[in-house]
Amino acid sequence: MQAWFESLKADFELNFIQGNRWKFLLDGLGVTLIITLLAGLLGVVLGVIIAMIRSTYDKTAEGARKTLGRRLFGVLDKVCRVYLTVIRGTPVVVQLMIIYFVIFASSNNGTLIAALAFGLNSGAYVAEIVRGGIMSIDNGQFEAGRSLGFNYVQTMRFIVIPQAMKNVLPSLANEFIALLKETSVAGYVAEKDLTKAGDIIRSRTYSPFMPLIAVALIYLVLVMFFSWLVGKLERRLRNSDH
Amino acid sequence: MTTDVLIQVRDLTKTFTSASEIHALNGVSTDVRRGEVVVVIGPSGSGKSTFLRCLNLLEIPTSGTITFEGVDITDPKVNINVHRQKMGMVFQHFNLFPNMTVLRNMTVAPVELHRKSKQEAEAMAMKLLERVGLADRANAYPSQLSGGQKQRIAIVRALCMEPDVMLFDEPTSALDPEMVGEVLDVMKSLAKDGMTMVVVTHEMGFAREVGDRVIFMDGGKILEEGSPEQIFNHPQNARLQEFLSKLL
Repeated sequence: MQAWFESLKADFELNFIQGNRWKFLLDGLGVTLIITLLAGLLGVVLGVIIAMIRSTYDKTAEGARKTLGRRLFGVLDKVCRVYLTVIRGTPVVVQLMIIYFVIFASSNNGTLIAALAFGLNSGAYVAEIVRGGIMSIDNGQFEAGRSLGFNYVQTMRFIVIPQAMKNVLPSLANEFIALLKETSVAGYVAEKDLTKAGDIIRSRTYSPFMPLIAVALIYLVLVMFFSWLVGKLERRLRNSDH
Repeated sequence: MTTDVLIQVRDLTKTFTSASEIHALNGVSTDVRRGEVVVVIGPSGSGKSTFLRCLNLLEIPTSGTITFEGVDITDPKVNINVHRQKMGMVFQHFNLFPNMTVLRNMTVAPVELHRKSKQEAEAMAMKLLERVGLADRANAYPSQLSGGQKQRIAIVRALCMEPDVMLFDEPTSALDPEMVGEVLDVMKSLAKDGMTMVVVTHEMGFAREVGDRVIFMDGGKILEEGSPEQIFNHPQNARLQEFLSKLL
């Protein structure tokens, strides 16, 4: 028992203390958080815009006049559909590498490019989550808003979206958690994120146990903290449900 | 009652083309005068709700014109939102905003449409709540209210925009029988104050007592219209006679 404990301690020192190797993890954590936050932000903005376009096009289909504006809107809707199909139909690692090695081959800001790639990916999933939320709101809410004199955008903004967002919050949190863990493939394009940091330590110490468990624990703590935060927010929003 | 025409409806038709063609309205023409209470009755599927929903363009008419305060609102170039602010609407299923308090339900439109400041709107909302006996529920959420309370809130929510006409789409059909009275009382007091009202309802007692004019619709057409006395006591149309005989 004593000997096992000693070897664990030695392993810990080798992997984290010697050569200040813990700094790899700290820097990696920073990169992971930056990529996740930027990608999450981009994903939500992109997702809400696409959800608005798609649900507006569907909602206004009946009785729409075939004007030029309506046709252009139809094209926009088609573009969104293609985007959703391509993004959801291909692996995120492949998308990441295409964006890094093909589209931005000449750029060297890997963190921003990775954030862009993950954001574009997340946007597709957020779009479908939010669209589901918008479509789940009873049409009577929409009609009540319009009958009070709100125009389409105001009705969406003041009446429909706040209710939809409340309904989709658990799914959005889920998507964010998935995004956080998905960024662990950023190492494919030479980003030194949290996972890559653990890998770097392992390749120097030839001792896989400590760095990998440490990386796993850090992800776990991040996700647990975030889940707790969302739980608090949900309880606050549930005020009106009684 | 003055003779000033508030809403003029001419040759209104509405065809739904989802699965098969349904002719919900087949050439409806009528006038609603300022201060008048028009009650629309008829069997289910007669087009009375569609007619009402066309008045504020929640349904876009297939053809025909609706002139509200001198403006043809069926013209696509007209900004319908401005005119809807002058037409309050009350729905069968209340359609209160569940994520807002009663007070916010009432003030969200006047405040966000910059018709009133927050203070003005809230003062007005409180006055209206007092009038319908619900001032103590100002900070409650809709899910904490009974059906009758919800509908009374829905009525005063529409009144907060200070409309020139109130449209009621079967306002008591989704209520427990016990709660119908409290909602009808609010509508009666509104009528007494001279509000112009178009009411689609199955409450014949209300139509008889409060209505200035009763419209009987079936098959997307107005089959007969006249004073409550005329419609209920001396119906001419055979379909109307049959409809009334089944009620009584």
